[in-house]
Amino acid sequence: MRPLLLQGGRVIDPSRDLDGTADVPVQDGKIAAVGAGLGSPDGVDVRDVRGRVVAPGLVDVHVHLREPGNEDVETIASGTRAAVAGGFTAVCAMPNTDPVTDNQAAVGFIVRQAARAGLARVYPIGAISVGQRGEHLSEFGEMVAAGAVAVSDDGKPVVSSHLMRTALEYARTFGVPVADHCEEPTLATGGVMHEGLVSTRLGLKGMPAAAEEIMVGRDLLLAELTGGHVHLCHMSTRGSVDLIRRAKEQGLRVTAEVTPHHLTLTDHACEGYDTHAKMNPPLREAADVAALRAALKHGVIDCIASDHAPHAYDAKEAAFDDAPFGIVGLETAFAVAYTELVLGGVLTLPELIARMSTAPAAAFRLPGGSLAPGAPADIVVLDVTAHWTVDPAHFHSKSRNTPFAGRTLTARPVLTLVGGAPVHEADGSTP
Amino acid sequence: MTAVLGKDLVGLEHLSSEQIRLILDTAEPFKEVSERPIKKVPALRGKTIVNLFFEASTRTRISFEFAEKRLSADTVNVAASGSSVQKGETLVDTAKNLEAMRIDMVVIRHPSSGAAQFLGDRIRSNVVNAGDGQHEHPTQALLDLLTIRDRHGKIAGLKVCLVGDILHSRVARSNIWGLLKLGAEVGVCGPDTLMPRGIEQLGVCRFRRIEEAIEWADVLNVLRLQLERMERGFIPSLREYYRVFGVTVERLDRAPREVTIMHPGPMNRGVEIDSRVADGSHSVILAQVTNGVAVRMAVLYLLAGGRPELADAANRAAAPE
Repeated sequence: MRPLLLQGGRVIDPSRDLDGTADVPVQDGKIAAVGAGLGSPDGVDVRDVRGRVVAPGLVDVHVHLREPGNEDVETIASGTRAAVAGGFTAVCAMPNTDPVTDNQAAVGFIVRQAARAGLARVYPIGAISVGQRGEHLSEFGEMVAAGAVAVSDDGKPVVSSHLMRTALEYARTFGVPVADHCEEPTLATGGVMHEGLVSTRLGLKGMPAAAEEIMVGRDLLLAELTGGHVHLCHMSTRGSVDLIRRAKEQGLRVTAEVTPHHLTLTDHACEGYDTHAKMNPPLREAADVAALRAALKHGVIDCIASDHAPHAYDAKEAAFDDAPFGIVGLETAFAVAYTELVLGGVLTLPELIARMSTAPAAAFRLPGGSLAPGAPADIVVLDVTAHWTVDPAHFHSKSRNTPFAGRTLTARPVLTLVGGAPVHEADGSTP
Repeated sequence: MTAVLGKDLVGLEHLSSEQIRLILDTAEPFKEVSERPIKKVPALRGKTIVNLFFEASTRTRISFEFAEKRLSADTVNVAASGSSVQKGETLVDTAKNLEAMRIDMVVIRHPSSGAAQFLGDRIRSNVVNAGDGQHEHPTQALLDLLTIRDRHGKIAGLKVCLVGDILHSRVARSNIWGLLKLGAEVGVCGPDTLMPRGIEQLGVCRFRRIEEAIEWADVLNVLRLQLERMERGFIPSLREYYRVFGVTVERLDRAPREVTIMHPGPMNRGVEIDSRVADGSHSVILAQVTNGVAVRMAVLYLLAGGRPELADAANRAAAPE
């Protein structure tokens, strides 16, 4: 692989608290150094990145790549193509595939497919329970040996508190987090949006905030009981934020994520029965959005994760009750977050990069999230002055389901390197 | 011609008070058509209307069908019950197929909230919502408004209380919007388990005891309590519901004034309403049914582009066929 030099960019590395103009030479797939005026020996592919931001590649701990089982809406190849286009160099693939990723062979398949695609790194997440049925523990040990970095029954809550307890205990042996989709099913079943004034007006069945918070509370109590590492997926309520804050003050091993859409949209997006605003957990209220933003700022919530959830183009073309939950997010996550949170004055750019790269890598104990010399050269170069309009027809993902279509956003990745190899380069004006 | 109501009638939430009054005023001359020996005017001759009912209905479907036939429209009834055709995918296909047959109007009832708007957004034909999930049932609220106006000579300033299962009721939502827009005070009464979140923020008063509601109200609109609410655990038993919330003669006898009794039907006698109340002199329940035809004629006429000021003339000028 030809050595490469990223010359003259604003280098931001939250892992070393670094923010300044520097060159980043890349050799043998690794970051060789970070410094000013390092010069360019012959044969080096020199990239002039003056005016651009050079950061550790983004890391998404929560995506659905749909392979195996639903290759019509996404494959590991198309999903990782979308990932690198969005500046992500590593993604964690949720196990709600068909068949469920609940054994070492299934984990190995994902690892091999990702290697074949050769784009973003894919870290599989194994199922907590066999078939995600919530009954018997899956073989965590074999799955971790095959490449799994966490366990989760995401898409479904772990209803049995006994199962959650044993998962937290058993996972300790292998040093992986147990990621939970927090939803108390007897309160939430049949719900299609947040329970509040908007659901009352639209006549849609609501899911109360308490349905999430009860399970967050339970998981935190079980984390205390077991000493295990619980990772709370896609937090959506201010009540959850309060519970997590208290747990972190107590010193429990808890990490949490929030999606770009829960940080930027409210249940009002469901007006007009827009099925692109149907997700689980649902979009909540303005006070929840404000609490989630503050929690992200202060590290109560560790990271942003996209919960990239592709669906067929016509699946959302249905009555609200009948449409599936979820939206795609890999190709809009950074720009939505930058536009709303950085330009909105909530986070600094280094803070946003920390929340989308360094912190998620740390939460799941993944390599990456750092530009330290010797680290794998997983790097994103960002143009934070670019304005572009979201046109789902241009997505690299096979799916188009996004509530951000038509939005004008600021910032986009212009170059993504994985292991030193350019896997995405934006050309001209189209992202 | 641009119709004064827009293309579709999906609900009352987004109509103005002027538009609602216009429908009620337009219904007045149409009442007379149903009193004639030959109950037909040519206002919608040559128009084709599909009554698309994804949910069982007797009263609403027949009322629409009479309204259509008395306006001389050609009508087709599609009863698409059964789970396989209630899915959204089929709703898209249904919309496209209807459009391909070049129809003029669709009257739709569907178990999913938003289904009428979904259809209206996808076809050029006019769409009338005959009840979508728990969202709205605008023609029911319009006939309720017309009946209140007939009985009391006005709507503004009246106190109207909706009693029962507000949570699951599209009739309640449409009534709340319509009554508030026309200046009535609106109350809701029922157990908290059957009240939607934030209902007070819509501008209605909340009563937890039926006695207080009766003392307050000029009009009680008693909603049907569906038996499945008990099965789903929202109330412990129909017997207790009747004892705590039932609209009975004894309770009405203690009211400070005559209270007009309405019910959108079909009634569960002895569950939400005492038979003697339903059949009593203050009940306007059958007048509601009669007004239903006139209101639906007015809605169809206006959506088809009919000019409100000509509704009366249109009825008289043309000889009945």
